Amino acid sequence: MLVLIEQSLNGLQFGLLLFLLAAGLTLVFGIMDFVNLAHGSLYMMGAYFAATFVAWTNSFVLGILLALGATLLLGIALEFIALRHLYGRDHLDQVLATFGLILFFNDAVRLIWGPAGLSLPLPAWLTVPVQIVPGVFYPAYRLSIIAVALAVAALLYIVVMRTRIGMLIRAGASNREMIGALGINIKLLFTLVFGLGAALAGLAGLMQAPILTVQIGMGENILILAFVIIVIGGIGSIRGAFMAAIFVGMIDTLGRAFLPDLLRTVLSSAAASTAAPALSSMLIYLLMAIVLVVRPEGLFPAAKR
Amino acid sequence: MKSHINARNVIVALVALGLTLLPAYSALTGNIFILTLFTRIVIFALAAASLNLIMGYGGMMSFGHAAYLGIGGYAVGILAYEGIGSGFIQWPVALAVSALYALVIGALSLRTRGVYFIMITLAFAQMAYYIASGLSRYGGDDGLTIYKRSNFGGLIDMSNRVQFYYLCLACLFGGIYLIWRIVNSRFGMVVQGVRSNEQRMQAIGFHANRYRLVCFVISGTICGLAGALLANNTDFISPATMYWTRSGELMVMVVFGGMGSLFGPVIGTIVFLLLEELLSQFTEYWALIMGPLLLLIVLFARGGIMGLLGRLSRG
Repeated sequence: MLVLIEQSLNGLQFGLLLFLLAAGLTLVFGIMDFVNLAHGSLYMMGAYFAATFVAWTNSFVLGILLALGATLLLGIALEFIALRHLYGRDHLDQVLATFGLILFFNDAVRLIWGPAGLSLPLPAWLTVPVQIVPGVFYPAYRLSIIAVALAVAALLYIVVMRTRIGMLIRAGASNREMIGALGINIKLLFTLVFGLGAALAGLAGLMQAPILTVQIGMGENILILAFVIIVIGGIGSIRGAFMAAIFVGMIDTLGRAFLPDLLRTVLSSAAASTAAPALSSMLIYLLMAIVLVVRPEGLFPAAKR
Repeated sequence: MKSHINARNVIVALVALGLTLLPAYSALTGNIFILTLFTRIVIFALAAASLNLIMGYGGMMSFGHAAYLGIGGYAVGILAYEGIGSGFIQWPVALAVSALYALVIGALSLRTRGVYFIMITLAFAQMAYYIASGLSRYGGDDGLTIYKRSNFGGLIDMSNRVQFYYLCLACLFGGIYLIWRIVNSRFGMVVQGVRSNEQRMQAIGFHANRYRLVCFVISGTICGLAGALLANNTDFISPATMYWTRSGELMVMVVFGGMGSLFGPVIGTIVFLLLEELLSQFTEYWALIMGPLLLLIVLFARGGIMGLLGRLSRG
């Protein structure tokens, strides 16, 4: 039971992290109709920036704030230099161009930071275990990830649903020509949305950095997860991305934790320990396939164009 | 009548001739490396050509095509590991398993369109990747070494570089011929018709998805053949063959050369892999140049190399 609580929290934390990544992706995708494979690279850059700035400034909080700003600027620069020329082109062009960017970023990181990974040490005040229910201790850092991600999710919800900027963003998602006709500077709006998406990816990356090693290609696996999430949730739907992210995070974490034991009840122990890792890695892809077969538009599709 | 002698056709003929004569050049100059390199290029060209069949003619953007490379390769590798060395068994199994996989994946994926299709094919390929990683009997993540190449009862000596090269080249030319026949058949016309206007084809009475599915399966099967060749070439197969970035590379090769042109993927593969080879000799960080180059090609050279040549020959 205690293990279940702990693993559920892990699942929630992973899911929320995935949400940050998927929210940025679906903002860009839903509004600009732009498939950005390099989103995972921005996640990686966020982590590298954080590891570097924290080491330079000797302050965890300051370093992370600097890293967040740096990723935001990088995203805006990327949009300004290259990606804005690709709006309105077909998705294949966008996939290929941003695939090229993945190649570029991976090698650029290797050139600047070297092939070995970096680590981002946590300050002492974040390493203490916190007692959440009697007998269950949970790392403070993971709790803080949950808190930050929930706060960002709430903020994003308020910005998108309750502010003028959000209104424009939503209007842009459903009819791009219309907001242009209303005299809104779409170019600027798109640049801002892209920067916001990049910052969200960077935030996910730098928050994950102390848990995993910061390494080249770290964005690629998780990018696919983010795509799975927005496809399950419905492209362009923040709410869908949120629900799907929690769902995927839970299934992935709980699958990895409990599938071996579950399989052992029906299979021999040797067969179970062979099948379990592969099966638990596949679970979410299986889930996505089922969702797409049953509801090809995703579970919570955004309003039709 | 349109003249058939234009820049495009001349280049295609020269490339085909060059590929055919390559072993002679290698023997004359004693440059074995170039033969090894081009064996790899020819195999990937076959895979790219198979992807072009559905992408260029069928409008189906499969982002999981590398899965067939892995499936074909694992069919050869696993059979070899279990003591079945005959190519007459290995290769048909590789083709059959690829076809079956394509049939299942295609039937499910073709319910979706556009980006959803790109993503679902990607997801299925990732599943294949994780299954392969879980095959602990066959090396799991580390992959499987193939100690003996497919045995064709003395007909072809697979360990003879030149013979193996010509086998790969025969498969490539055979594959392109097959694709040419398909594209120009009634079946191929329907598939292309569905790409440009699905509703109209439905209205005329064609079962659009059935045609797409058959096309998808043929493409997967050809790519499975490339996988069997690849496994024989490297004497090794691992899950990494199926990783999604490999599928991305196959897409790049097709678009480099020119999507929807018969010989484009071959030229695209040659350019991509030669560029990779040259750049990596020049600098360890070849992707630093390749990445932006790709971006520039997408931005400024629509239609790829074949498109450029076409514009050139039209003046």
